Amino acid sequence: MMLRGLWKLTWIEIKIFLREPLGAFGTIGFPVLIFLVLGRVVGRGQAPPSFAATGFIRVGLPVLASILITLSAVLSLVTIISIYREGGILKRLRATPLRPQTILTAHVIVKLILTASTLALMVLAGKRYYPVGVHVPFFSFTIALLISTWSILSIGFLIASIVPTARFAQPIGAIILYPMIAVSGLFVPVESLPPALHAVARVVPLTYTVSLLEGIWKDEAWSAHMGDVAALAVVFVICTALSAKVFRWE
Amino acid sequence: MGPVIQVSGVRKTYGPTVAVDEVSFEVNDGEIFGLIGPNGAGKTTTMECIEGLRMPDRGTISVLGLDPFRHVYKLQERIGVQLQQAQLQKRIKVWEAVDLWASLYQKKAIDGENLLKQLGLADKRGAWFMNLSGGQKQRLFIALALINDPEVVFLDELTTGLDPQSRRTIWDLVRGIREHGKTVFLTTHLMEEAERLCDRVAIIEHGRIIDIDTPERLVDRHCPERTVVLTTDDAVAEERFRAIPGVEAVICNDVRFTIRGRGDDFVTEVIHCLSENRMRVTDFRTILPNLEDVFLKLTGHSIRD
Repeated sequence: MMLRGLWKLTWIEIKIFLREPLGAFGTIGFPVLIFLVLGRVVGRGQAPPSFAATGFIRVGLPVLASILITLSAVLSLVTIISIYREGGILKRLRATPLRPQTILTAHVIVKLILTASTLALMVLAGKRYYPVGVHVPFFSFTIALLISTWSILSIGFLIASIVPTARFAQPIGAIILYPMIAVSGLFVPVESLPPALHAVARVVPLTYTVSLLEGIWKDEAWSAHMGDVAALAVVFVICTALSAKVFRWE
Repeated sequence: MGPVIQVSGVRKTYGPTVAVDEVSFEVNDGEIFGLIGPNGAGKTTTMECIEGLRMPDRGTISVLGLDPFRHVYKLQERIGVQLQQAQLQKRIKVWEAVDLWASLYQKKAIDGENLLKQLGLADKRGAWFMNLSGGQKQRLFIALALINDPEVVFLDELTTGLDPQSRRTIWDLVRGIREHGKTVFLTTHLMEEAERLCDRVAIIEHGRIIDIDTPERLVDRHCPERTVVLTTDDAVAEERFRAIPGVEAVICNDVRFTIRGRGDDFVTEVIHCLSENRMRVTDFRTILPNLEDVFLKLTGHSIRD
């Protein structure tokens, strides 16, 4: 069987993660806490909210939060893989019938579960302060977010395959991933960007993530966003193929 | 049954560096075979080629009748591996590691709890990997190498960095593995370890195998010298010692003599000389050459250099 040991490894990795100092709090608790604090500060002061402000709070903020959480999950995946490689853990796992793809899949599942729980908590917490409520298609949004996360995780794999040491993994990953937010159309619509950046935005995968997430959050039809899904799928295929080629176990 | 491992004409280079050059040897069923040599001699590379983790540039390897690189997954079901400088997740618990490893193999694993007990880790089963001592970590790695009841066990520099006490415990465990009918292939740069554990050893340097045999025969072949150190106040002792058959050197330091000669009978000859002349001896000691001396003789330098 190809994925022998997958569930055991996944479960062990979750337990190990929760044993890390600040592991659970830093990844799940902290973003929710920030969200709550922001909610108290911003949410209360808005008696008659301006249209622009509600626009960002109702659509931009949830999408931004989702993307930030996904990016931090990807960065932590990059870091873990490079720590495992540097410490000889990957090498030790390789000397068993455990398949390489099982190890990577286990880590992806761990990250997806953590991302999902963080988001679920935020939605619960957000209900008190943000007027999102019933209009949001949570199920579709979750699917959209999973597609986006898979795609961004594959970029993470590629980074994890290339970074030389664990010390560089986090900063290099951050340098590659975070600037993508700026041109992704989240704060400034892609059409309003300078022409040079316009071209950049077209090749940055996050642009399609933002378009997809915003659209689905606003309850637009999936058919309107098939281009985004296709673009994200292409990113996934390219990055996975590349990282399979350049992946180093030690 | 024929040899369990057959290595023939294996060569492996990393860029311009030749790590392993024309290495050939066989490992028999049920023996402890040691590959010994200084750090950087090519021991680990050779072992990793046999385990299927690296592909040799040239030559053929067969382990349990399988080509290790092409049938690596099939082979991994039947062998147990302990790697040099391997680590586990810092916060994985001992029992979790054993449990995970047990789930990775197709055939039913052996009882992990019992294994931990045998290896003296029962009271550490809930401890995190990072909190184990060096000796405990190595015993855990032995447990992981044995969990699938393998036919061949590979141990790479098993006791490096351990204190003498832990080292002895581990040696006993390795002998126990052989007594269970398994074949053990190990590497070490500790000559004492090779001498005490191995049925046969191959001496490797600069990627080449210099000689292969039992430790005793290697010593006999390359270092036939025997040395006797004794203390006597006999006035004509030096003269008498020089007359012993096979003697090569007599060094006198006041009443203390170092007598060197060759041949299996040399020590008997010395004793004969002492008793025939009724010499009064207050101390008597023989120094036998060991693998360390063999290595020095074969390579011209000590293994520690």
